[in-house]
Amino acid sequence: MSALGGDWEMVVGLEVHTELRTDTKLFCGCANHFGSEPNTNICPVCMGLPGSLPVLNAGAVELAIRIGTALHCEVRPSTFHRKNYFYPDQPKDYQISQYDEPINAEGYLDLPDGSRVRIERAHLEEDTGKTTHLGGTGRIHGSQESMVDYNRAGVPLVEIVSGPDVRSSAQARAYAAELRAILIASGASDGRMEEGSMRVDANVSVRRGPDAPYGTRCEIKNLNSLRSVQRAVDYEAERQVALLEAGGTISQETRHWDEDTGRTETLRSKEEANDYRYFTEPDLVPLRPSAEQIARVAESLPAMPAERRAGLIEQLGAEPKDTQIDQVLSAVEQGLDRYVSAAIDAGAPPALAIARVANELAGLLPQAGSLPEADFARLLAMEHDGALSATQAKTVLGDLVAAGGGDPAAVAQAHGFEQMVSGALDAVLDEVLEAHPDEWARYVEGDDKLAGFFTGKIMAATKGQADGKAVNQALRARRG
Amino acid sequence: MSVAELAVAIRSGERSAREVTEATLATIATDDPSLHAFVDVQIDQALERADSIDAAVARGEDPGVLAGVPLALKDNLCQHGELTSCASKILQGWRPPYDATVVSKLREAGVVVVGKTNMDEFAMGSSTENSAYGPTRNPRDPSRVPGGSSGGSAAAVAASMVPLSLGSDTGGSIRQPAALCGVVGVKPTYGLVSRYGLVAFASSLDQIGPFATTVADAALLLEVISGHDPRDSTSLPEEAPSLVAHLDDGVAGLRVGLCTDLLDGCDDEVVHAVRRAAEVFAGQGAEIVEIAIPELRFGLSAYYLLAPAEASSNLARYDGVRYGVRVEAGDVEAMNVATRTAGFGDEVKRRIMLGTYALSAGYFDAYYGQAQRTRTMIIEAFDRAYGQVDLLLGATTPTTAFELGAKIDDPMAMYLSDVCTIPSNLAGHPAMSVPFARGAEGLPIGVQLLGPGRSEERLFTAATVLEAGASS
Repeated sequence: MSALGGDWEMVVGLEVHTELRTDTKLFCGCANHFGSEPNTNICPVCMGLPGSLPVLNAGAVELAIRIGTALHCEVRPSTFHRKNYFYPDQPKDYQISQYDEPINAEGYLDLPDGSRVRIERAHLEEDTGKTTHLGGTGRIHGSQESMVDYNRAGVPLVEIVSGPDVRSSAQARAYAAELRAILIASGASDGRMEEGSMRVDANVSVRRGPDAPYGTRCEIKNLNSLRSVQRAVDYEAERQVALLEAGGTISQETRHWDEDTGRTETLRSKEEANDYRYFTEPDLVPLRPSAEQIARVAESLPAMPAERRAGLIEQLGAEPKDTQIDQVLSAVEQGLDRYVSAAIDAGAPPALAIARVANELAGLLPQAGSLPEADFARLLAMEHDGALSATQAKTVLGDLVAAGGGDPAAVAQAHGFEQMVSGALDAVLDEVLEAHPDEWARYVEGDDKLAGFFTGKIMAATKGQADGKAVNQALRARRG
Repeated sequence: MSVAELAVAIRSGERSAREVTEATLATIATDDPSLHAFVDVQIDQALERADSIDAAVARGEDPGVLAGVPLALKDNLCQHGELTSCASKILQGWRPPYDATVVSKLREAGVVVVGKTNMDEFAMGSSTENSAYGPTRNPRDPSRVPGGSSGGSAAAVAASMVPLSLGSDTGGSIRQPAALCGVVGVKPTYGLVSRYGLVAFASSLDQIGPFATTVADAALLLEVISGHDPRDSTSLPEEAPSLVAHLDDGVAGLRVGLCTDLLDGCDDEVVHAVRRAAEVFAGQGAEIVEIAIPELRFGLSAYYLLAPAEASSNLARYDGVRYGVRVEAGDVEAMNVATRTAGFGDEVKRRIMLGTYALSAGYFDAYYGQAQRTRTMIIEAFDRAYGQVDLLLGATTPTTAFELGAKIDDPMAMYLSDVCTIPSNLAGHPAMSVPFARGAEGLPIGVQLLGPGRSEERLFTAATVLEAGASS
């Protein structure tokens, strides 16, 4: 029985739009920058003024080829088309996009669970402006007034279209997460879903078993986080199954995911869909990347997440635990695996390195990514050598990340985190044992659980500066 | 006095740009009210510009090869801060925040722009009657049209109000009015002149070109405005051609194809003029070959699908949101519709509908797709012809200038005015109209010279020979 009940199976294809990290827009010299004052990064070209003409940004082409190569696509000669539709945020009332001849086609993406999702295409296109609707529901219909910011108009996008190969919401989430990690690793995008620089649409349909023909699909928009991808796909597949089981039919439509209500609702039906009247963009010439450029991009690509995961698992040594493998997956997804590697290379035990990255560093995102790997490696070396307790190390890490790096020894010293000399620990131990004679007697008789009790008391007395391992050793030595 | 001589006189200080500009403005003030070639005369700007050229000359600087030469721009060429409306209500009051590349090049050459000329709205028409400002009249006979769509630019030169003007040619919009007004008009190779700042009608066909009273003046102006422009992706990578230096090279040994398909359906007096032009070439040592290119007759049909298709997309931006006229209505969509309904004239609306239909799902292949295949067929037919001959000779227009109102209610009859000029646009080839004879009523007859891509040098040499043998 499937997660949807009975023999129901979901079929999901994903369309991901990612903004490219270029300095300038796709067809003009305006800054590609998020967060500027509205309508400051604009010019005659990206405003579509009469007489203006587009000129293709070579940097955007380079990043598109990087994405295609990272996704194992064939990089092809391509053309641009006009996608015609009226909307106020579309300065020319057409979008310059690629249609039947995309720059990248027929690739694939392997997920950590071993499944493979085909990539049909990854093509270049321009972004639209951003409309804010005042009054009413916040959407264009029924609003009192609409304001358009054209700073985003003409920002380069790559649209990555998967095959209909995804069969669960968890796989959909994993696909989006893996793709995001690849986009970041390739240097093409910052992958910030919350800022809209990576946007996911999901085409969802359901069918009775893997051999049944595909059902009618609905396209779900407004998936602004990995969590919404998973929730929305689940909701939509369940909605379709419920509707079909009640004897209804699915109508092909575009649906909007509402994060607050956790539901999808109709945005527009197939009948309301635009006839985009695609035709070749006469203002641009065909794009023919040279074999040299394609080869150079392939050579210059850094290791992709799958390779980094494999490398890290190898560094962890024989038989890593399941929890460690999960930690590796998330470290790579978050781009933090370089800290694990750096710490291990500097001599830290692999288990300590992966645990500190997964449990501590990951909690300090997004600033954590700015910390130099060497600073992290030095900190772990100090902890491993016993120069700092776990608690102290955590405090130092927080300071280092906040400051964007620094010398862990200097930070520790500033906090007064000195290594406790054994004499000082003995004195504290004397006091604690004297204050709790009954507990000490039971510990001596063999009640090991009380080790924790005494460790806690000693930590409290030293305000956490004692090294846990040293305390344990001292307790065992006193018991004899 | 030729344009070159005028510029030399101004550069040497013999004449002042101020004096020349004042005389030009005075002529416009006197003659234009009855012709209506201009939609905007830039009096203050022109005088200021003339003074700056005179000042440069006084300082011993060289203000350029066209120093102080007055010139008129078709109303679809963007000029920073100047009214640019494409003779459409929808762009009434719009002032571009930038200059077209040709406008920058003209400034570098020392030209004094005196104003904007009338045209068919968005360059859609063959008579300059489809203008929001009302029609322009033909200086040779004010009861007749000057042709179009660059009718104002042709009439301004024909009436000697300015020695030079620029137009744009999408299907004949420079050559046809040049022929009807009795001036030289050139449609250069696609990509020779940057389209940056030319308000688009049909992007794959549009090309800016010169009007002048002589072949030599046209050559000088075309040299100034040609050349690669990084702001136009379809701009040719090569340098501007050298035309003036080769005007007198002669046609001895040149193979000229008299194209019978560019005489089909033409009035007898037009056919007669073209055949006499062939005799002029033969008399100068050229070899004349009669050549049939039957594929050219499909050009008109292909053009009236492709040009409207591109126009339907190019003109979508006039939606009332960002610039130009806005007619307020209930919501954004209603505002778009109200704005476009009020802002566009009938011919523009007709072509937007035609083009939208040709691109629609289910019809695309039968219309737009078929037209593209026809375009390819015409390019291949031209290639075969240019394997046999160096240039082609034919009529520019089937008739001389027609009466105002004669064809305005019959779009098909109007469209046929461009039957001989359209094929060069489809192929992206250069072509020019040279005034050569007078018809029965004394109306000008132009003959058309066509060549393969980048053959401007050869075309201008041949045109010089025709000009010398002309009886107009």
